[in-house]
Amino acid sequence: MMGSENQGFEEAHLFASREEMENLVLDEPLSNHTNNHQNNNSYSNYRSATSSLSDTTHHPLSPPILATPAESDPLLSPPLYRNPGASDNHSYIEPPSYADVIFSPFDENSVKEINGLDSPSQSSESSLSLSRSPSSSSDYIKITVSNPKKEQDTTNSLVPGGNTYYTYLITTRTNIPEFGSSEFSVRRRFRDVVTLSDRLAEAYRGFFIPPRPDKNVVESQVMQKQEFVEQRRVALEKYLRRLAEHPVIRLSDELKVFLQVDGRLPLPTSTDVASRMLDGAVKLPKQLFGEGNAVVAPQEVVQPAKGGRDLLRLFKELRQSVANDWGGTKPPVVEEDKLFMEKKEWINDLEQQLSNASQQAEGLVKAQQDMGETMGELGLAFIKLTKFENEEAMFNSQRARATDMKCLATAAVKASRFYRELNAQTVKHLDTLHEYLGLMLAVHGAFSDRSSALLTVQTLLSELSTLHSRAEKLEAASSKIFGGDKSRIRKIDELKETIRATEDAKNVAIREYERIKENNKCELERLDKERRADFLNMLKGFVVNQVGYAEKISNVWAKVAEETSGYAKDSS
Amino acid sequence: MEQQRSLSGSGQSPRSPSSQPYLSVSVTDPVKLGNGVQAYISYRVITKTNFPDYQGPEKIVIRRYSDFVWLRDRLFEKYKGVFIPPLPEKSAVEKFRFSAEFIEMRRQALDVFVNRIASHSELQQSDELRTFLQADEDTMERMRSQETGIFKKKPADLMQIFKDVQSRVSDVVLGKEKPVEESNPEYEKLKHYIFELENHLAEAQKHAYRLVKRHRELGQSLSDFGKAAKLLGACEGQDLGKAFSELGAKSETLSIRLQKEAHQLLMNFEEPLKDYVRAVQSIKATIGERANAFRQQCELAETMKLKEINLDKLMLTRSDRVGEAEHEYKELKAASEEATRRFETIVRLMNEEIVRFQEQKTQDMGLAFYEFAKGQARLANSIADAWRSLLPKLEACSAA
Repeated sequence: MMGSENQGFEEAHLFASREEMENLVLDEPLSNHTNNHQNNNSYSNYRSATSSLSDTTHHPLSPPILATPAESDPLLSPPLYRNPGASDNHSYIEPPSYADVIFSPFDENSVKEINGLDSPSQSSESSLSLSRSPSSSSDYIKITVSNPKKEQDTTNSLVPGGNTYYTYLITTRTNIPEFGSSEFSVRRRFRDVVTLSDRLAEAYRGFFIPPRPDKNVVESQVMQKQEFVEQRRVALEKYLRRLAEHPVIRLSDELKVFLQVDGRLPLPTSTDVASRMLDGAVKLPKQLFGEGNAVVAPQEVVQPAKGGRDLLRLFKELRQSVANDWGGTKPPVVEEDKLFMEKKEWINDLEQQLSNASQQAEGLVKAQQDMGETMGELGLAFIKLTKFENEEAMFNSQRARATDMKCLATAAVKASRFYRELNAQTVKHLDTLHEYLGLMLAVHGAFSDRSSALLTVQTLLSELSTLHSRAEKLEAASSKIFGGDKSRIRKIDELKETIRATEDAKNVAIREYERIKENNKCELERLDKERRADFLNMLKGFVVNQVGYAEKISNVWAKVAEETSGYAKDSS
Repeated sequence: MEQQRSLSGSGQSPRSPSSQPYLSVSVTDPVKLGNGVQAYISYRVITKTNFPDYQGPEKIVIRRYSDFVWLRDRLFEKYKGVFIPPLPEKSAVEKFRFSAEFIEMRRQALDVFVNRIASHSELQQSDELRTFLQADEDTMERMRSQETGIFKKKPADLMQIFKDVQSRVSDVVLGKEKPVEESNPEYEKLKHYIFELENHLAEAQKHAYRLVKRHRELGQSLSDFGKAAKLLGACEGQDLGKAFSELGAKSETLSIRLQKEAHQLLMNFEEPLKDYVRAVQSIKATIGERANAFRQQCELAETMKLKEINLDKLMLTRSDRVGEAEHEYKELKAASEEATRRFETIVRLMNEEIVRFQEQKTQDMGLAFYEFAKGQARLANSIADAWRSLLPKLEACSAA
């Protein structure tokens, strides 16, 4: 997700058919372009792009997308595409003034790994040639989700008669050696995605892990099956692609297994809630009565306290956090990194501004959409008037008027189309805002990883100090008795054992905390860098887009003004 | 909005044969008068003319909307067959009645209205126009509140006969309810054209009005977006933050530009379309008048024939009522001839008017289209320029 997207590629196609639109024959249904078909690979993309607001432009050279063509991100086309048609259409593309605006691809590109994305941040001048920055030919992962199929659940069915679910075909193409193969696919169901997401959250604490798609339980009941499945397919694809963009996660075992290994996703020791609860319930009495292993096993410390398994640990950490908040004394280890605290506050502010900007961007898109629609309707109304006047004309003045009306109507229809195209592009650009807003969730997750790790450390530290003071008291009492107190001595030894184990746990917890802090730091740096690049990209793309279409629209109307200039109010 | 029109072949002044007669009017200076529910807008009407019956060279009077209505109604009654220029709508939603935009639109429309009358070869000669342009405010108010129609001081006899005929004939002679209509295929075509035209125009005008709204909405959304971008820029800081802030500023600038264009669109494109619709509705009213005149002509002709037959009968029987009947017959004959004359005048006038109407509308629409296209082109250019100015800065950011 933090990769940027190639909008130049997209724009190339849309600019290609200006001639075509100018040759619009009004008597034909307006969506009929077939007469003006140019032998141009980009043509099909152009058509589909103009036909609706958010459209797929499935490039003919990209791997066949089976089944539903709908909304796979059109910008993630295969890297090697060059638009041969575009060079033919050179003369049809932007007016000369545009040429002043040529700029070279972002240098930031060479820093980022490209995952099957075209070199991002192209100016629209790249409509002529998709020059890609050299590094883009290195590592890539291209994931496609397709072909939803209904399947029967034959095992573990609580409901008699079995229940059905959908699986999706996940196809990966990559040149990363760790995967062992360059193209492979698996079938996965949504439940597997949830598992993947959970596993990643456990393994990569402190990282900004892209949030998985919602379960959407309500929607799955209420929506039409087809629509819901398609919506889910799109969401899954987006999610997996975002994972693949993350420099660390893309190389994770969890993702590798998910993408490559067929069959049920291997489950960890106790994923289902029921067994977790049982685990916890079994341990609790022992812990509460102070017997046996009252200590958190070191390896468990690297995970936050989970409900069910670690009830005792949960209680302790809760007590600790209350003590932190309301207790008079400061906890032994404190979040001292002032830089981090400032950063956290800043992230919250950023989130708020992103949310606001994202909302207003939606408003802008709607307004542009409406403008285009109404302009089109106006054009159609005048076309009807034109026909009417021509049919019923009794005077030449009527015929002249009909001609004028047709001129206006044609222009209005063209302008309407331009507005719609402009908007389709605007949506794609401003989508970056939405994307980063979504990422904020991942940031919060990473920060809370840090907080809970810190809490674990604090809890262990205060436990240690409690244990130490208990040991001291026992020793003091025991030393008063000459020759020693056999039972007390035994107790002291046990206590010392517990202290040692707790020390170990504490050290592990501290290491974990430091590790997470480091992850946070790296991720924040990465976020800053990528966000800056993506936003600059977005701004440029947005602005270039606006300029381009404003120029086109202006030209359309300038012609009408010229043709009707005879009516201008002169000093008669 | 003054329109200097030199008018040919009208109102030749014997005193100054060398100077061209002219009559130019402007409606200006709307002022709100009165309080509360009784409040209204008054306008200054400035007349510059060298017409003989007018107090030249310049006269200024104060008029209100109902005075214009009076003028229109009087002309409509007197000059049947002429397409009387339309007035802007009477009632407006209470909220907007005194909004600056509405007042300006109305003023403009009233100005156009009076000027059209002043440049119409027949209408400009009317007493009604002269009264409207010259009478003092008290006289105007008196005229305005006078009853109209049946109590007019015109020769009542013909009018009376017409009225009588209407009631008698429809009861006795015709029997059937169906009104008599012309069987003129060309006229039928014209009627059909006018009625259809109104529908098409109304639709176009509706979309034009919506387009004005869309401009306003786009302006608003750009303003909101601009503000949000600025805030985001403040948060981001550094060069990226500056880029956002500048984007936001440009966005707000364009918002203002769009609001301006919306107003232009309303005045120069939507209003002319509305005016076109009103004009067509005025023609429909004239069509109605022509139908009335035709009916009267038919009915009177029928009645006259009956009277003739009756007279012959009476003459045969040597009744002493022959004299009376003869007199009545003569009167009816005169009335019938008058009705025919009136009808034929209407037909003649309408034929002239329709030619003039079509030509005028082609002009009006041509101008409206020109203004519309010019406005849109200018707007698009502003938009392109504004956004384009950001590019060097964005370039600098990414190069850094």
